[in-house]
Amino acid sequence: MTAASELGAWGVLIAVIGGALRVSTPYLFVSLGETLTEKSGRVNLGLEGTLMMGAMSGYGVSLASGSAWFGVFVAGLVGAAFGLLHAALCSLPRVNDIAVGIALFIFGTGLAIYLGKPLIEPVAPSLPAIPLGFWSDVPALRSALEINALLILGIALAPLLHWGLANTRWGLILRTVGDSADAARALGFSVNGVRTAATGLGGFLAGIGGAFLSLFYPGTWNEGLSSGQGLMAVTLVIFARWEPINCIYAALLFGGASALGPALQAAGVTGNYYLYGAAPYILTLLLLIRSSSTRHRLRGAPSELTISK
Amino acid sequence: MSKSFGAVRALDGVSLRIAPGAFHAILGENGAGKSTLVKCIMGHHRPDSGHLVIDGMRHDIRNPRQAHRLGLGLVYQHFTLVPNMTAAENLVLGQDPLPAVIDWDEARERAEAFQRGMPFRIELDAIVTGLAAGEKQKLEILKQLYLDRRVLMLDEPTSVLTPAEADQILGMLRDIAADGRLSVILITHKLREVLAFAGNVSILRGGRLVGEAKVAEIDEGELTRLMFGQKAVPSAAMRRASKVQPVRLEIRNLTARNDKELIACDRISLAVRGGEILGIAGVAGNGQRELVEVLAAQREPEAGDIRVAGARYRRSRQEMRRYGVFLLTEEPLHNGCVRALSIIDNLAIRNFDSRDHTALGCFLRRKALRAQAIALIERFGIRAPSPDARLDTLSGGNVQRAVLARELSGRVSVLIAQNPCVGLDFAATSEIRARLLAARNGGAAILLFSEDLDELIELADRILVMFEGRIVYETGRDGADRHEIGRHMASRQSWRRES
Ligand SMILES: Nc1ncnc2c1ncn2[C@@H]1O[C@H](COP(=O)(O)OP(=O)(O)OP(=O)(O)O)[C@@H](O)[C@H]1O
Ligand SMILES: [Mg+2]
Repeated sequence: MTAASELGAWGVLIAVIGGALRVSTPYLFVSLGETLTEKSGRVNLGLEGTLMMGAMSGYGVSLASGSAWFGVFVAGLVGAAFGLLHAALCSLPRVNDIAVGIALFIFGTGLAIYLGKPLIEPVAPSLPAIPLGFWSDVPALRSALEINALLILGIALAPLLHWGLANTRWGLILRTVGDSADAARALGFSVNGVRTAATGLGGFLAGIGGAFLSLFYPGTWNEGLSSGQGLMAVTLVIFARWEPINCIYAALLFGGASALGPALQAAGVTGNYYLYGAAPYILTLLLLIRSSSTRHRLRGAPSELTISK
Repeated sequence: MSKSFGAVRALDGVSLRIAPGAFHAILGENGAGKSTLVKCIMGHHRPDSGHLVIDGMRHDIRNPRQAHRLGLGLVYQHFTLVPNMTAAENLVLGQDPLPAVIDWDEARERAEAFQRGMPFRIELDAIVTGLAAGEKQKLEILKQLYLDRRVLMLDEPTSVLTPAEADQILGMLRDIAADGRLSVILITHKLREVLAFAGNVSILRGGRLVGEAKVAEIDEGELTRLMFGQKAVPSAAMRRASKVQPVRLEIRNLTARNDKELIACDRISLAVRGGEILGIAGVAGNGQRELVEVLAAQREPEAGDIRVAGARYRRSRQEMRRYGVFLLTEEPLHNGCVRALSIIDNLAIRNFDSRDHTALGCFLRRKALRAQAIALIERFGIRAPSPDARLDTLSGGNVQRAVLARELSGRVSVLIAQNPCVGLDFAATSEIRARLLAARNGGAAILLFSEDLDELIELADRILVMFEGRIVYETGRDGADRHEIGRHMASRQSWRRES
């Protein structure tokens, strides 16, 4: 046994952790946003499209203005606009949120690719990294711990949302609307208004998640930038039982699974690359099977969700 | 006040005056417009015409929050608690304005202090879905009282309470009202409650106010006549002695878990013969719901057997049809119907695919389905705007009738019924009871779950008591002693409280 192969095993682990920290950020933002939306009783499956629009607009604005952070902000606004579009369509009679979501998923992706054509070549200023690995002199570890402020923001946001849902007026109203529209109406809350706000906010967060993709990791704009993260984040919300704090763990787990393929490849394991690349999808499937039951409904699921009715 | 839904005039120029401290009852048959009236008062529905005058000031109420601010409160006919929240959260939610950040310690302390003055208490940390129907109802009432209403309207609050609980709560409301702090408007189908607690009574029929009186000056016969007009109220049903028949429905060692994965039915065995009504008594939440769900194929049993006519019964649609198994589940709007489908479709759920209703084996014959619906609406007296109306636009009692019509009109051989008369006016109640007895006299095996002991004693041939998922007591009809049954329904609970 040589020292090199031993480092290889460590290398894989470090790379997976580093990948988990990097790749998880968009998962985290999208799933936090979707948690808010679903807590109001609506599912927005269009977040994949929102993510792409966020990535494209964030990149474009960063390129034009020279400020990556301004790009992130605009990406959030574009995401919010998509969320509001979803909400507006859903508030029409006889419109189903799942169907609207799928339509916006395809529309958003297509529009982003169309508008983003001129953005493939130029290089926009990207978000700065925070070198958390400064104390180590192992280069692999250093690069693994290069993280972004958005990750910290997301991790801070989760407990804030958790607290807010339990302890604030808006949290209570949001959960009421998501749990029983009848109760909300009897209390005089505007069901549609609350859902619109929650979907808009969910879109805002998903847009920021998209900006992370184009402005930090991988940090370019191209058509295949998102490979279903937006869609899988919806699964992740179920796995996290609609609980913001759990979203952190779920996002890290998914991030780690996504990083498995590249990490193994970097360590020289080239066989079965596509199999490892499929890890997050297999994980999604397994989680869905595990959390299903014929005996009971999903615990914690807002009762107004079309999927739990 | 007037309100129409499409072609139906649900309310037609109704006026009421409620004095401070009054206890005012509203009576009326199913579909008379009682719920519509209170919902219009609360701004839940916009009335077509009419308004409120409070302390001499005219108000047009557009939404419930405006009504809340004026001190009006309503306990709805169907629960409006938030199911996945705790009792404490539900109590706080009604506050207007809600504080931006809620201080839970302070809120709980206040709620506890408030509960100390009440004759009953609810565990503040309990999640609403885990509460029994009676407890939910108490929480609804508690919530309204907690919010210090001036006028409290209650839409059939006692239908899920035991008579003792109902008396306790209504008595308390009457005392609060007597102090002049609160006016109560009570909607109910129980004349007993009106006569015992109310000062004034208004009677609605077909959306019109047809009578108003002081309770002291009116008797039961007069009230009944006002409620139902010239229609005859069916008299108590006839029970015919039936000869002993073989066992039709048998349950052997059935075990099932509830939604929280706890054992809800614990090795239950029972057998119902043809021509027999087997009553299951018990306080809600002792496994009855889960047992009915297992029988209805809505829940998978963990162990045990169900047999119908001696053969293993797997609860498939073919078997239901072959053996003539029918079901009247609790909360029919959620469990027995598709609320967004029309009445025609809901009445056809059992038999739309039968030979009479299909052409070439796959096309529905809509005409035949419509004819069936019209016949059933007529026969069971369902008050509906039209056969094409969505089911959830029917009044509470009429939803119940629609399900009954569907389940009782076929060739019934086994019938499983759970609280079949909840929410029905008493004409409908005695009619349904008569139909159940007629089915029994005709040889059907009936398993009747009920929280209403009077109903069981009137109908059942044998009574079992279910407690914490087990059958703990059995008595024949003749030896039935309500105190003994009551003791087995609740004894262990009261014993627990004392210890
Ligand atoms: N949202 C609605 N849309 C259409 N029709 C309605 C609606 N709500 C009530 N109705 C109709 O109005 C009439 C009165 O209904 P309401 O619910 O007020 O009766 P109720 O007196 O409360 O009866 P119950 O004792 O059965 O609860 C019924 O014929 C019902 O079908
Ligand atoms: Mg009603």
